Amino acid sequence: MSELSDLLDDSSVVVCCGSGGVGKTTAAAVLGLEAAQRGRRAVVVTIDPARRLADALGLPDGLAAEPQRIDLGPRVDGELWAMMLDTRATFDGLVRRYGENEAQVDRILGNPFYRNVAGALSGTQEYMAAETLHSLHGDDRFDLVVVDTPPSRNALDFLEAPGVLSRFLDHRVFKLVMLPTRTGLRVFGAASQPILKAIGRVVGSDVLADAVAFFQAFAGMETGFRERADEVVALIRAPGTAFVVVASPQHDTITEAVWFGNQLVEQGVGVSAAIVNRMHPAFGAASAAAAHAAAEQADDDVVARLWTNVAELRTIRERELEVVAPLTAIAGEGRTVTLPLLDRDVHDLEGLMTIAGHLFDRSPASG
Amino acid sequence: MPPESDIPLRSLAASRVVVVAGKGGVGKTTVTAVIACAAARDGRRVLVVELDGKQTLDDLLPGVEVIHISAPDALDEYLRDHGFARVAKRLNKTGVIDVVGTAAPGIDDIVVLGKIKQLEQTDDYDLIVVDGPAAGHAITFLTAAAGLSDAVRGGPVRSQADAVLELLHDPARCQVVLVTLPETTPVNEVVETAFALEDVVGVQLGPVVVNAVDDGVELPAEAAVSSLAESVGADVVAAAEFRRSRRAMEREELARLTEELPLTQIHLPARPVAGLSAVDIEWLADRLAARPVVPSE
Repeated sequence: MSELSDLLDDSSVVVCCGSGGVGKTTAAAVLGLEAAQRGRRAVVVTIDPARRLADALGLPDGLAAEPQRIDLGPRVDGELWAMMLDTRATFDGLVRRYGENEAQVDRILGNPFYRNVAGALSGTQEYMAAETLHSLHGDDRFDLVVVDTPPSRNALDFLEAPGVLSRFLDHRVFKLVMLPTRTGLRVFGAASQPILKAIGRVVGSDVLADAVAFFQAFAGMETGFRERADEVVALIRAPGTAFVVVASPQHDTITEAVWFGNQLVEQGVGVSAAIVNRMHPAFGAASAAAAHAAAEQADDDVVARLWTNVAELRTIRERELEVVAPLTAIAGEGRTVTLPLLDRDVHDLEGLMTIAGHLFDRSPASG
Repeated sequence: MPPESDIPLRSLAASRVVVVAGKGGVGKTTVTAVIACAAARDGRRVLVVELDGKQTLDDLLPGVEVIHISAPDALDEYLRDHGFARVAKRLNKTGVIDVVGTAAPGIDDIVVLGKIKQLEQTDDYDLIVVDGPAAGHAITFLTAAAGLSDAVRGGPVRSQADAVLELLHDPARCQVVLVTLPETTPVNEVVETAFALEDVVGVQLGPVVVNAVDDGVELPAEAAVSSLAESVGADVVAAAEFRRSRRAMEREELARLTEELPLTQIHLPARPVAGLSAVDIEWLADRLAARPVVPSE
C-alpha cells in the first residue's frame, strides 16, 4: 500500500498502538524491516520479550536493552536494529542524568519507594517507552524509530505518560512532605502531619517513611525531569511522528482500536494508518451463501466438503469485514491495511518478509 | 454418577470463586460468560464480576447477576467499613490514592480481591465467576496479596491481604481457570502463567480452557483433493490446504500443551462470528456440556 510506504519514508517516529494479543510487536518489526528495505536506518523498540520475535530476527541470545543490528544480507540498503525496553534501567539513567551529585543519586536509587515508582507506578512503562523513543530519535545511527507501546486500553496513557512524574510531583502529598523540609523540620516531622499519619495507619508507617524519604531526596531534580518530559511530549506530537493502530478482526479489539483512534483524533494527533492483523483470506470471489449452495448441489461427497470448507472460511471472513468497518471509517479506506491469517508461524526473517510483502502488496495472495 | 456431560461444568465450577485468567484476545470474557451461563442453567445462583471498567456482559446473561468492581471504589468502601471514613474522604479528594498505590503496589488489587472475598462470604451466591484483569495482569493481580503481606507489616490493608491469601489458598473456595488459544504464543504464555501462579500464589488451578478450536467440516483426504483443482477451481483447493495446515498447527500446539502443562483441558469450538451475543453464549454453553474433557497425564 503506497500510503503506508510514504509513511515509512516520511516519518521519523512510528508508534504502534493497540490492545494486547493483536500482533503489535510483529507489526512493529515488519514496519522496521520494510523501512530498512526502503533504505532507511530503522530501530525497533519492543516491550514484548517474546522469544519468537528474537528468533525471527536471528538473535539467538534474545533482544537486549541496547540496539543490536540485524543481519539482513547484502541486498538490503538500509539497516534494521532492534532492542527491548528496560523500564527500570531507563528510569535509573534519568535519575543519574539529573541528580545533582552522587549522594543524591544513590539515595534515590536505593529507596524502596523509588523502586516502586520505577517499577509499579501506573504509566511508568509508557513513560520510559516515550523516553527511550526520545533518546533514540536523537541518536545519529538511526533515522527512523518504530516503537511498540505497552498494551493499553487508553491512548492517553502513552500521550500523557511523560507527564506522569510531574503530576506525581505536583501532588499534594509531595507538597505536604516538602513543606517541613523547607522550614527546617526533619523526616519524622513530615510523617507526623495528620493526613500522612492517617494514611500511615492504613498502609503501614514504614512504607510511608520510604515515600517521604523519596520525595525529599528528589528535591532539586524536578526541574530537569520536567523539562525532559516536555521535550518527549513535543516529540510525540511532532508532525514527523506517525501513530499506527494495530488490531485483530474481533469485535472487542476493534471496539478498543476505534476508541483509541478517536482519542488520538481528539488529541489532535490523528491515526496515520490502521493494520488489521490475522484476517481470513478470501479464497476466490464466491460468497458464503454461494459456497453453501455449491456444496448442496455437488453430487460428489469430496466436492461437497470442499465447498462446505470454503463456505465456513468465507462466513468467518464476511463477519470479520463487518467487524472491521468502523476502524476503516476512522483511519480512512486507503490507510487501512489487512494482513492475512497465515497457515504457519513466523519463525524467521523470511516469515517477516512474507508479511511485509502482504502489507505492501507485493504478493498476489494479499488478503 | 452424574451424566458424562456434567463433568466439564463440574470441573470448571469446582470452587465457589472462579477467576478466569488469560492474556488479552484469548476469549476470557467469552469463557466467563459460558461458565456463568452453564452454571445458571444448572440451577446455581451465579454472580459475574467484571473488572477494569469493562461492561461487556451486562445484557448478555439472563438469570445471572453482573457487577463491576473498580479499585478506587473498593478501597473507598473498605476504608469506610473499617472506621477510616475521614481518611477515605481525603484520599479521594486529594487523589492521594496514586501515592498510596505506589507506596504499596498491589493495594488496589487487594481491595478488589477483598471485595470479592466479602461477596463470597455472604452466601448469596453458589458461584462467583471473575472475568480476570485485562492485558495479562493475572499474575500481579493474584500475587498482590502475597507481596503486600511482606511489605506491609500492620494495619487494615495487611489484614485484608491476609484474608485474601486465605481465600486464594483454599481450593474449595477459589480456583483459577486459565484460557488460551491453540496457537504458539498463547500456549507459551499459558504454560508460563500456570507455573508462576502455582509457585508464587499457591492457588488451585482448574482445567485449562482452549478457546476457538476448529471443529468444522471434515476435510477430504489430500490425495482426493489435488486432482480436483481443474474441476472445482484452484481457490477451493487452496482453501482446503489452508485449513488443513491451520489444523495441523492446532494439533501440534494442543499436543505441546498436553505435554508441558499437566492440567485437564476443555476445548471450546471456534464460532463463525467475531463478536459475542446472548445466542453465542448459549450455543457455547451447549457445546461445553457436550465436550469431552482431555484428562491430564
